[in-house]
Amino acid sequence: MADPQRLERLSEAEAKPVRRFGKWRVGASLLRLLSPLAILVLWQLASLTGVLTPHILASPLDIAKTGARLVASGELVTGLGVSFLRVLAGFAIALVVGIALALAAGLSRVGDILVDPPIQMLKAMPFLGLLPLFILWYGIGEAPKIGMVAFGSVFPIYLTLHGGIRGVDRKLIEAGRTLGLNTFGIIRHVVIPGALPSLLVGVRYGLSIAWLSLVVAEQINASSGIGSIITYARDFLQTDVIVVCLIVYALMGLLTDALVRLIEAHTLRWRSW
Amino acid sequence: MSALVDIQGLSRSFGRSPVLDRIDLRIEAGEFVALLGRSGSGKSTLLRVLAGLDEADAGRVTLPKRRSIVFQEPRLMPWKSVAANIALGVPNARASGAVALALDDVELSHRSEAWPLTLSGGEAQRAALARALVREPELLLLDEPFASLDALTRLRMQGLVRELWRKHQPAVLLVTHDVWEAVTLADRILVLEDGRFRREVHVALNHPRRRTDPHAAALEAELLAELGVEQADHHQHHNPHSERIEP
Repeated sequence: MADPQRLERLSEAEAKPVRRFGKWRVGASLLRLLSPLAILVLWQLASLTGVLTPHILASPLDIAKTGARLVASGELVTGLGVSFLRVLAGFAIALVVGIALALAAGLSRVGDILVDPPIQMLKAMPFLGLLPLFILWYGIGEAPKIGMVAFGSVFPIYLTLHGGIRGVDRKLIEAGRTLGLNTFGIIRHVVIPGALPSLLVGVRYGLSIAWLSLVVAEQINASSGIGSIITYARDFLQTDVIVVCLIVYALMGLLTDALVRLIEAHTLRWRSW
Repeated sequence: MSALVDIQGLSRSFGRSPVLDRIDLRIEAGEFVALLGRSGSGKSTLLRVLAGLDEADAGRVTLPKRRSIVFQEPRLMPWKSVAANIALGVPNARASGAVALALDDVELSHRSEAWPLTLSGGEAQRAALARALVREPELLLLDEPFASLDALTRLRMQGLVRELWRKHQPAVLLVTHDVWEAVTLADRILVLEDGRFRREVHVALNHPRRRTDPHAAALEAELLAELGVEQADHHQHHNPHSERIEP
């Protein structure tokens, strides 16, 4: 996902059909917007003619208006703040726990034997199905939601960092030893920077899972946050509000992903030349 | 006076086959020794023991504390700039100007802040050499450091190593399978075969040693024969430097 060479190849593959248009490249990428716009127009027409009732799905224009209204009233921003803090708290826990476990398992044989098997077993479990248990344990407050976010996103962080540590070039570790580095120095100067590209892939993946977990956890019971806005809207058949909230979730996912990519571009600049 | 490196009865085996078989080796301070041998002769194992990367099964090994090694690959940390790589493991090396001096030694000052992945093969190997020298080693171990360089770069590197050896005076143990390289650089040449030293030659020729020098050429031919390479024609060296110009 974060491998620049792979990304390069991806963009090359994407660029191929565009190249046929030659100097019309800008026009060509505009052409790619044609079908999404057509779908929006058809959707709007279906709503106007009554084929699509607002109870099934609101029209694009209504959704846009509702979005503007929710933003203006402050309702959306408040809800988003609460939801964002849940993701932040849950993901922070996942980051600390995931990195600690991966270091323990990746750096010592004993740690690997003790830590890896239970995590591999837990990983096999569909974690969204744990929600009822989390509610039983933690009630319906913030804890089960933050817990779900943390539980869901800890695995990609652990797995990618563990793999990254294992994949660090033995020859570089050897070179570090000949330079007189102690174990701590090897970890700091060789292992961690060497495993960082993998960890950042895990962070990006973990963040997408964090938002997914939040969406599910907030659906079940929430008195605040975007999930509660959706729950109210469901009770009053406001499909426009639901779609606005879904778009907000998507935008937040994109935004946090872009943030990690920014960090990636900075910390991994040694390989983007 | 005791030697800088004093090895007695060193043995090392992997499984049942002995790789090093009761080896004795003494290297004096400031001496330039070349170690020749075919692949599998045990020369890399010996070097790894000297570098502290491998343990001896048996024998007595006395080594100086300050040792550095340059591998066949540069083994620079790709996430550290050239200067940071050289400073690695040497406290205060950047502040004291030691890094700048080392970079100057290998003529790499202009690349000091470059990422290793942007260096050419020769530049990367020069950075690795600087990283080894900044530690002011008493013993410099070179594990086929020129093997993956192109012929012209290799010649330049050989000259550079010789020059820096004269300037800093470390004892050098150069592992190579390039016989001419050993003849041009070393004071003493050891031939390792099946885990034992088969031949020891003190090279008393003047520097710079040229191919046109009949003594040097004769020594090369002799060592090649020792390694099992028969030369049908005197001009037909196994050496890639000359192979290029043969029709």
